[in-house]
Amino acid sequence: MDLTIDGVRSAVLSGETTAVAVAEAHYTRIAAEDGPAGKGINSFLALSRERALAQAERVDAAVRRGDPVGPLAGVPIGVKDVLTMTGSPATAGSRILEGYLPPYDATTVSRLEAAGAVLLGKLNCDEFAMGSSNENSAYGPVRNPRALDRVPGGSSGGSAAAVAAEFAVASLGTDTGGSIRQPAAFCGVVGLLPTYGRVSRYGLIAFASSLDRVGPFTRNVKDAATVLQVLAGADAHDETCSDQPVQDYVAEMQRPLEGLRLGVPAEYFGEGLDPEVRAAVERTLDGLQARGCVIQPISLPHTRFAIPTYYVIATAEASANLSRFDGVRFGLRASESNSLAAMYRKTRDAGFGAEVKRRILLGTYALSAGYYDAYYKKAQQVRALLAQDFLQAFTQVDAILGPMTPTPAFKLGEKTDDPVSMYLADIYSVAASLAGICGISVPCGTTADGLPIGVQIMGRHFAEGTMLQVAAAVESL
Amino acid sequence: MAELANLELTAEEEPRMQRDLNAILEHIAQLNELDTTGVAPLAQVAEILGGEKHAHGENLRADAVVASISRDAVMAAAPETDGRFFKVPKVIER
Repeated sequence: MDLTIDGVRSAVLSGETTAVAVAEAHYTRIAAEDGPAGKGINSFLALSRERALAQAERVDAAVRRGDPVGPLAGVPIGVKDVLTMTGSPATAGSRILEGYLPPYDATTVSRLEAAGAVLLGKLNCDEFAMGSSNENSAYGPVRNPRALDRVPGGSSGGSAAAVAAEFAVASLGTDTGGSIRQPAAFCGVVGLLPTYGRVSRYGLIAFASSLDRVGPFTRNVKDAATVLQVLAGADAHDETCSDQPVQDYVAEMQRPLEGLRLGVPAEYFGEGLDPEVRAAVERTLDGLQARGCVIQPISLPHTRFAIPTYYVIATAEASANLSRFDGVRFGLRASESNSLAAMYRKTRDAGFGAEVKRRILLGTYALSAGYYDAYYKKAQQVRALLAQDFLQAFTQVDAILGPMTPTPAFKLGEKTDDPVSMYLADIYSVAASLAGICGISVPCGTTADGLPIGVQIMGRHFAEGTMLQVAAAVESL
Repeated sequence: MAELANLELTAEEEPRMQRDLNAILEHIAQLNELDTTGVAPLAQVAEILGGEKHAHGENLRADAVVASISRDAVMAAAPETDGRFFKVPKVIER
């Protein structure tokens, strides 16, 4: 059986195997290779066996009766632990939510299940999705399945690693500044960031609300298109989720490439770009040109301001969003506090890790009286300029292509002492986050040492179809 | 700042936090190289995607009573509760 969505679904439908057997085979693989923390890959934080097997049995029963089944029937999928799923804890990678059992399903979770997916469990991530290496998880780092001494990227490191290690056929991740696309590049899988508002965030533990998005990891482009199809569309539970019509992504993906204009931003090929990454991306461009794409140099002049802009806006929003973790309604409460104020402080001190505290402090500073204009308002103005760069570029080209990350996956511990150098790992991902456009990371080769390299394709708002068309072409080179 | 954010830093945490925050603020200072006079701040990308509809409330849902998550399910996750309310340490001293 081919471990793709089509492969699993048709094997379950034909009776070649059952959804229960597929789920059990994946659990066996997880048991053999994922743990223990500190030695194994450490991608799963919790397994949802009972829920998964009940769902698999429902799918098998439907197949036996000859009832119609959904587009993800029997497909095993993992869920990043910042999304809620009843029956499993939702920790967001943080001590402050240890043992918290959420009372409802995220819309993305219920949509996957309604489409027949078998949800295997919750995946490790940086605490509150803050990080680029998955080393900020309170439950231990995730190792990169392609090179166990390296990080899987972050913050959705567990989601990328689980798909790369074949623990799941697909997974859900979230991306605020690069947290789907960067780990996809580091682990050699496909990671798709939908347009802001394309996919519901109901049930997502919020980090930075003007940036947070949910999207899939898969091992091929067609699977990403199929999962997006299930996830996309308006949701009465999320007012920020758009009612724009949803395209037929698999059909769009298969349209001929001839004449498509691809923009190549000079700013994404500057200082700091690893020569092997550059060479792989240039080979990809040559291949696309040979397939009939028109390659066009473009400029996104404000690119170098994207990281500082992002770290003002994301931390400001995080400082507000994370104020809800106060020991009152859910999660941890520090014991022996003689006043409410002391209880807040002690709970937050015990529950939050260093990076989360750093970002809350930075965000609080950026929003404080006297600094608001200099930091927060300034960053929002630069955000407008960054968005304009893209809108301007998309008047000339249909999609934009460049390297996903400046380097391949770095070593565990390599950047943990220097937050600024860690932040710079997201240099090619944050601009698309700030502008709200869609993006996808697709594998485009490996380094001489065998480390995966990813190429990023960015599309106009709500033009995931065109982006997937280019992604499919990159995959077929 | 820690007080404003309801955080308590230990004596060991403080110097490292100060060093890191200063380095990040130095990086952020790059934004001052840009003249943004007259540029309208962008808080939400919906603003550049024709947020008109949102502004006029045309896509607000119907004002109807629908079932929400039960109080029991919510209270089950609380650190301290009497079943109806969240309990917290004393707020007003007298």
